[in-house]
Amino acid sequence: MKKVIALLLAVLMVLPFAACGKPEQEDKVKVGFIYLHDENSTYDKNFIDAAKAACEKLGVDFIEKKNIPEGNECLEAAEDLIDHGCNIIFADSFGHEDYLIQAAQKYDKVQFLHATGTKAHTQGLENYHNAFASIYEGRYLAGVVAGMKLNEMIEQGKIKPEEAVMGYVGAFTYAEVMSGYTSFYLGAKSVCPSVTMKVQFTGSWYDQTLEAEAAEALIKTYHCVLLSQHADSMGAPATCEANGIPDVSYNGSTLAQCPNTYLISSRINWEPYFEYAIKCVIEGKKIDTDWTGTMATESVLLTELNTKAAAAGTQEKLDQVKAALAAGTLHVFDTNNFTVNGEKLTSYMADVNTDPKYEKDTEAIKDGYFAESLYRSAPYFDVEIDGIELVNRNYGD
Amino acid sequence: MKEPLFHIVKRDAVPWWQAWLVRIGAVVAAILACALVTVLLTGQNPVDVLLTMADGAAGTPRRLWALAQNTAILLCIALAVTPAFKMRFWNTGAEGQVLAGALSTAACMIFLTRFFTVENADGTVSAAGNVWLLYVIMIAAAILSGALWGVIPAFFKAKWNTNETLFTLMMNYVIIQIINYFAYQWSVPKGSGAIGIINLDSKIGWFAELFGQTYLINILIVVGLTVALAVYLRFSKHGYEIAVVGESENTARYIGINVKKVIIRTMILSGAICGIAGLLLVAGTDHTVSRETAGGRGFTAIMVSWMAKFDPLVMVLTSFLIVFLQKGAGEISTQLGLNKSFSDILTGIIILFIIGCEFFINYRILFNFGKKTSGKEVKTL
Repeated sequence: MKKVIALLLAVLMVLPFAACGKPEQEDKVKVGFIYLHDENSTYDKNFIDAAKAACEKLGVDFIEKKNIPEGNECLEAAEDLIDHGCNIIFADSFGHEDYLIQAAQKYDKVQFLHATGTKAHTQGLENYHNAFASIYEGRYLAGVVAGMKLNEMIEQGKIKPEEAVMGYVGAFTYAEVMSGYTSFYLGAKSVCPSVTMKVQFTGSWYDQTLEAEAAEALIKTYHCVLLSQHADSMGAPATCEANGIPDVSYNGSTLAQCPNTYLISSRINWEPYFEYAIKCVIEGKKIDTDWTGTMATESVLLTELNTKAAAAGTQEKLDQVKAALAAGTLHVFDTNNFTVNGEKLTSYMADVNTDPKYEKDTEAIKDGYFAESLYRSAPYFDVEIDGIELVNRNYGD
Repeated sequence: MKEPLFHIVKRDAVPWWQAWLVRIGAVVAAILACALVTVLLTGQNPVDVLLTMADGAAGTPRRLWALAQNTAILLCIALAVTPAFKMRFWNTGAEGQVLAGALSTAACMIFLTRFFTVENADGTVSAAGNVWLLYVIMIAAAILSGALWGVIPAFFKAKWNTNETLFTLMMNYVIIQIINYFAYQWSVPKGSGAIGIINLDSKIGWFAELFGQTYLINILIVVGLTVALAVYLRFSKHGYEIAVVGESENTARYIGINVKKVIIRTMILSGAICGIAGLLLVAGTDHTVSRETAGGRGFTAIMVSWMAKFDPLVMVLTSFLIVFLQKGAGEISTQLGLNKSFSDILTGIIILFIIGCEFFINYRILFNFGKKTSGKEVKTL
């Protein structure tokens, strides 16, 4: 009995606190952001910086929730942001998607935005939207820089044409990564026809040791003479710098850390998307179900070119290719530029609609090229083309 | 001879109100310490920080529901470890037993749903009339698998006197790897390593909303469990046997209690309740399973049970306190733009004070001021 009284007393102590909350106004535009990690992760920092810039530019209030795992916590975070008066909610990690959909089903007056997700076009919700960027175009351009460098090495007699082997440190064997390394390879091949590539997967988006080991293996065991990556740590760039191997990095310049080997890097800039979506809500317009940022929207950016390490004439070539991509005269996945098992690809069913059976549901070859990011914003190019050898595979454990 | 500056004396039993005064004093002291640390480290107004915590945990009706739901889950797991702890069987495997229950529940939802659905005209599916059977199977599977994960270490303990602390702890890692394996096997889309929400559109196998509240079923189940376990431990013969085995195995043997049987039976119970917690997590809230489903609650529950001195009714309070702190601390990082680590520091301070105050309830400190020290002056190093 006495314990029960004590218990009641203790609960009573807390109640005055509970009464402090007050409902927030709902008519103002307020954006809530949900991040998987905090600023310490380069992936999340890219979103955090863009969100801040976009909201400050448009003068809207925003709240951030960091370190939200890919579980029911994400739904709770979204509901909490709604309690705070948010009418736009964004989440940045692939695994947040289902929880955001659940929130979208429940709160139809709030707009939900999700980066890298795949389900908006099949879910049929008015207030749930996916977004991604045509980063394959950025990678293609970075590949051109790599190809120019290889040509320079061949001309200087450092390597023979058939020794132009690139290495690529990838995270997982998914479409997102496959689309990235294939576009990088095709960019290099467009200027250096003899190039081939080896890809090694680490099975993690961020693992400095594994990425350094993969880079080491690609350089020492597979005799790669130039590296690039789709993983988030400094493992590969640092290994390249130590070994004097030219490197195309990702998600931001590594010039400061790797002054002798860094060539160029591509990254997705999320600010244009945030601006677009927030403006839509302010003006009462519909937000696209699938929004794909491009070079034109400045969603795909190349960081500074390291003129010290890159080959002469690279900038001119880059401008030329960039213009062709923008004009639509050049397609990254043009089927004339690659073969699969020695043959030209004329038809390919891609798994665009997410379902448990991984059904290949959509014809992706259109007008002579693989139409990446057309049927949904997230990449779905998962063709294994000739010239690229996968050292291992990793679908995650 | 050197007399120490103070020495520590065991107290006689203190009256209950005095003990609670000490505890409330500890909470107040903890809040003051938090305020001090806040001012020193961040320069933020400490009152604001504390109000933000309270607001984050209970500021809106929805937050109160989330608070109650999270308290219920933590309480459920704390209830589960309690009978074992009372028996001095250190079950550090609650995390794994919860995950075992969660995995079985999710498996039932993934593979058995198709037997309990009818196809609608528009191609969507909805629950068939016999869907109650699916819930029965889910509940049975969760309880059985939780109990199985608990009884394996108990069997080895009873039979060969293996160390249960290590054994139960290792079982956690086994089930985590099993879940990793299935999370890949069943992942949607392939290779993402995430199962995603099961039956997102049809909601089959999900606990229904009660009076418009998603979490009410979870909360009611845990309330029922709390009362049941309190009665079981306090008034049943089993509860008495658990207490005797915990006090002294030899005494238990002397009065004719079958110690092995009690160990195994109690761990089946402990694992089964963990299994129910797994069921509540999958069917009631998460609707999926991953290695993060239990989220460390299996370990936090040990603290909850311990702080409540293994009394199920007091655990309502201790689990509430911990969840309140966690939720409130999370809000600090959101509202005041402080790093999440800062809220962890505050939670740590408060829990340290609360656990530490038990020392002052059980012991008192006698200082030796003014007393003559006999003999020579003692040099301090």
